[in-house]
Amino acid sequence: MVIVSTPSTGDPHTMPDAGYRIYALAGVALFAIGFYSLLVQAHLLRRIMALNVMGSGVFLVYIALGAQTPGPIPDPVPHAMVLTGIVVSVCATGLALALVDRVQAAAGDAEPGEDA
Amino acid sequence: MNLHSPILLGILLSSFVTGLVIFFLKEESHRLRTWLNLLGAGVKLVLVAVLLSGVYRGEPYTFAIEFLPGIPFALGADANSVLFVTLSSVLWFCTTLYAVGYLEHTPHRSRFFGFFSFCVTATTGIALSANLVTFLTFYELLTVTTYPLIVHRGTREALRGGKIYLTYTLIGGAVLLLAVVWLHALAGPVVFKERGVIQALAGTRRGELQVIFLLFMIGLGVKAALVPLHGWLPKAMVAPAPVSALLHAVAVVKAGAFGIVRIVYDVYGAQTAAALGVLHPLAVAAGVTIVYGSVRALFQDELKKRLAYSTVSQVSYIVLGTAILGPVSTIGGLVHLVHQGIMKITLFFCAGNYAETLGTHRVSEMNGVGRRMPLTTAAFTVAALGMIGVPPLAGYVSKWYLQKGAIQAGEEWVALVLGASSLLNAAYFLPILYRAWFNPPPEHWPAEHRFGTWETNWMLLLPPLVTAVLVIWAGVFAESSFSPLVWVKLVAAREYAP
Amino acid sequence: MTSAWAMAWLILTPLVAAALAFAFPRLGRSLALGTAGVIGLAVAHLMRLVFANGVQTHLVSGWGAPLGIELRADGLSVLMLIVTALIGVAIALYSQRYFVSEHDDEALHRERYFWPLFLFLWTALDALYLSADIFNLYVTLEMLGFAAVTLLALAGTRAALTAALRYLFVSLSASLFYLLGVGLVYGQCGTVDLPSLAAQARSGPALWVALALMTGGLIAKAALFPLHGWLPPAHANAPAPVSALLSALVVKGPFYILLRLWFEAFPALMTPAVAQVFGALGAAAILWGSVNALFQPRLKLLIAYSTVAQLGYLFLLFPLAASREGGFMAWSGGLMLLGAHACAKTAMFLTAGNILHAAGHDRIKDLDGITHVLPVSVFAFGLAGMSLIGLPPSSGFAGKWLLLNAALAQGQWWWVAVMILGSLLAAAYIVRMLAHAFTRVNEPKTPNPIPPVMEGTALALALLAVVLGFASPWAAELLRVGAPVVGPIVMGGSVP
Repeated sequence: MVIVSTPSTGDPHTMPDAGYRIYALAGVALFAIGFYSLLVQAHLLRRIMALNVMGSGVFLVYIALGAQTPGPIPDPVPHAMVLTGIVVSVCATGLALALVDRVQAAAGDAEPGEDA
Repeated sequence: MNLHSPILLGILLSSFVTGLVIFFLKEESHRLRTWLNLLGAGVKLVLVAVLLSGVYRGEPYTFAIEFLPGIPFALGADANSVLFVTLSSVLWFCTTLYAVGYLEHTPHRSRFFGFFSFCVTATTGIALSANLVTFLTFYELLTVTTYPLIVHRGTREALRGGKIYLTYTLIGGAVLLLAVVWLHALAGPVVFKERGVIQALAGTRRGELQVIFLLFMIGLGVKAALVPLHGWLPKAMVAPAPVSALLHAVAVVKAGAFGIVRIVYDVYGAQTAAALGVLHPLAVAAGVTIVYGSVRALFQDELKKRLAYSTVSQVSYIVLGTAILGPVSTIGGLVHLVHQGIMKITLFFCAGNYAETLGTHRVSEMNGVGRRMPLTTAAFTVAALGMIGVPPLAGYVSKWYLQKGAIQAGEEWVALVLGASSLLNAAYFLPILYRAWFNPPPEHWPAEHRFGTWETNWMLLLPPLVTAVLVIWAGVFAESSFSPLVWVKLVAAREYAP
Repeated sequence: MTSAWAMAWLILTPLVAAALAFAFPRLGRSLALGTAGVIGLAVAHLMRLVFANGVQTHLVSGWGAPLGIELRADGLSVLMLIVTALIGVAIALYSQRYFVSEHDDEALHRERYFWPLFLFLWTALDALYLSADIFNLYVTLEMLGFAAVTLLALAGTRAALTAALRYLFVSLSASLFYLLGVGLVYGQCGTVDLPSLAAQARSGPALWVALALMTGGLIAKAALFPLHGWLPPAHANAPAPVSALLSALVVKGPFYILLRLWFEAFPALMTPAVAQVFGALGAAAILWGSVNALFQPRLKLLIAYSTVAQLGYLFLLFPLAASREGGFMAWSGGLMLLGAHACAKTAMFLTAGNILHAAGHDRIKDLDGITHVLPVSVFAFGLAGMSLIGLPPSSGFAGKWLLLNAALAQGQWWWVAVMILGSLLAAAYIVRMLAHAFTRVNEPKTPNPIPPVMEGTALALALLAVVLGFASPWAAELLRVGAPVVGPIVMGGSVP
């Protein structure tokens, strides 16, 4: 098992490479775009895609945070978390697609129906 | 817990287990149900008699298990408890018999008697509570168990009456809860003890204690039918007569009045309450209720409604006696707790008899009932004269002590109130008596049922006769050693002893 | 058996049983009962260990933080596990006969998926309550969400499917907010382990943002006002045992995580203002949920809105438990309310399920006849209502008593008013349903027969809800173990 180097304590003044910040911001932006689309879009498939975009945004933030460590080896803990997250995301997407399929079969269109 | 705690539990369980078993009985098993009912009531009476003699000798009775953190669920029997529990048990026995007769051939009797027994359990629990939280528990249980009895008939009026009842009593319960929690926040766990437990706080927390007292009076005053919280009582008359009898003589209104007694004597303490200046407003409220109830009663044609307003008025005698400082008025108020109970239950039994046997519900329909139902009307007369305060009946004894106590305490206005009330009582009872005995009966009664040789079903006839005899006995033998008065004097002595 | 084994059994048993139930649908019912038994024993054992020896921990496979998974059981975890087990046993019993008695060709088809999903849900809950780091909590939250959504969708009706999809979207997006927050926490603190976070005792704007994100997600999952909109249609359209699981257990998971975050990991961030905001949202939930419940035509919707209201009470814990003096009283009161609600709400939904089966509908107005025929169920509903209203001696009363005492001890009397008003409103909507129990009915309708175990479990849970007030000192003692708040449990005249 690779020895984990303890990541820095988060003090920005000792960040060796601030380039990760671009990726972190991009991740946040993706997250925001995805969330906005989730709220605004009515088409169910697009909402699922919006969720996926949100998820990708979060994962990007994680990976960017993993690059905080000094030295060439990034912190593997966030990577492990991202892998877990990807698995969960795939399952979630599958579940959502199956459910959308059922809803469409019951309702006949991809616009969500009125609340019961 | 001590050696005697099984008796306390037994008194509670005798009605609880009875109720539980009856719920599971099939509707058709009349005999079994009746026997169970009477057995439960009988067992309770025996246990209460044992308790009575024990407390008289000064033996301690306690029972406690952990309930809330730091606050036990506690039962106990002091003089006050025994007064109330004896009244409940004796009258429960009579009402059970009456209810069996009254509800013959009606549906859902298992449900009725199940909740009936639970209701008595709650009332007994109120009497035997040794601390404020236990009291609150049984007080709220009483609300819950009486609702099904009020709406028993299932008609629209019954449901409306029940809804009004719950609205009043649950809001009252919420106010009571607030008072209890607040007092606990100030004083820690509150137990009932003669002469009160909060003297230490009276100096520093005067304003808060006064507000808490007000909240207590509102919370308890709903059940005790203090004006203006009495609105539910006339509406609850939709219930069958045994329920009205129970509610008005034994359970609900007495629970409220008993609660007020407990708060004034055993939580605040009479002297402390007087020092806080809260007794006088209470006395005024009681006085207003006495007069208001009597006046409203005058204008009711429906007999049960007239009796309901009479109850509103009469229960406040108890509150009045409690609110006036001094052992004599205490005696008057407390003894009226018993006396009003037996007098009012007699009246309601008779009202039920008239309704069941002749179909008469209104005073205007009661011409000549004395000829047709002489025994019932005799019982009615005794009780009515007692309510007016005619010596040597029970009511006279209570009023005499109240008057004397009021004058001793310097509250002469009370004498006026009591006098006015007696006059009003006469005004709304005497015409009924006149009609019943001296007016000719009508051609046909509204809905007559014949019951064989006696004027009505023996189960409907016997209870009011028994209670009427009790009314006479409580008055005539008041000063002997076997009367409620003797017991009440004991209570007062313990409360006011130096 | 050590605590490690107990914790392992708690998570592995339902997981394996779920897999087996999926592979061998015929064994579904027995597997559920067996799991219930094993979990019952494991929980009891864990409880004894926690009482005797304090907080129990176990590193899975010996891997330590930050990559390893730590299991941790303190008083709060054990209480949540006990509540979960209690409800789980009841649902396992109830559902033995529920699907069989449905008059629907699809019912048995639904049942074959119900058991594995139910067991999977139980796994997720047990894992959630035993997790000691916030990332693992994310994983268990997602498991919980998937199981819940799918169970809801089992009903198959259009309303249920739509509600399930909406719930799924809310759940997934909320989880992503939470996950983002976890990432930010890791970036700031270098760890996701709860005790380590507690030891670091940090503060700062980055943590504020992280906590805000996590809280936002968790509040949506816990259906706190104003993010509660997904709950009523979801809980009302699910099959009865699923509704019970959702209201009693599933929404409590996110609440538990909020407690851990704010009281244990980042107590420095809980300023009085934040606490009051939580309380205000809780109060709004109480009032909004109760008033809405009053006007619902359908019984299950009434019960669902009641859940929205009762969840509001839980959030009153935040402003009241934050103080150093009265904190523990509010902490134990709120958590007792949680347990009381779980029992009472399950009993109510099971009752509603019985009524639905017998009458074919749950329109309150038209339920007059049925209640004469199902007296046991209606009685159970009444008893459960007593606990919801907070009448003594129920556990609902015990919880409210402690919260009221805490509020008065800290001078926050406005919560007192909210709680009392909430109780009265609860009484109003309970009585609205019960009044129909006593209406006179001329021609009794012949209902569909209900298996006794269905009525029996509802009644048993309702009785528990009413009687468990007496268990409150014991529950308080349990919660003391590893509690993040301090303070006395009894008032002793300490109003300021």
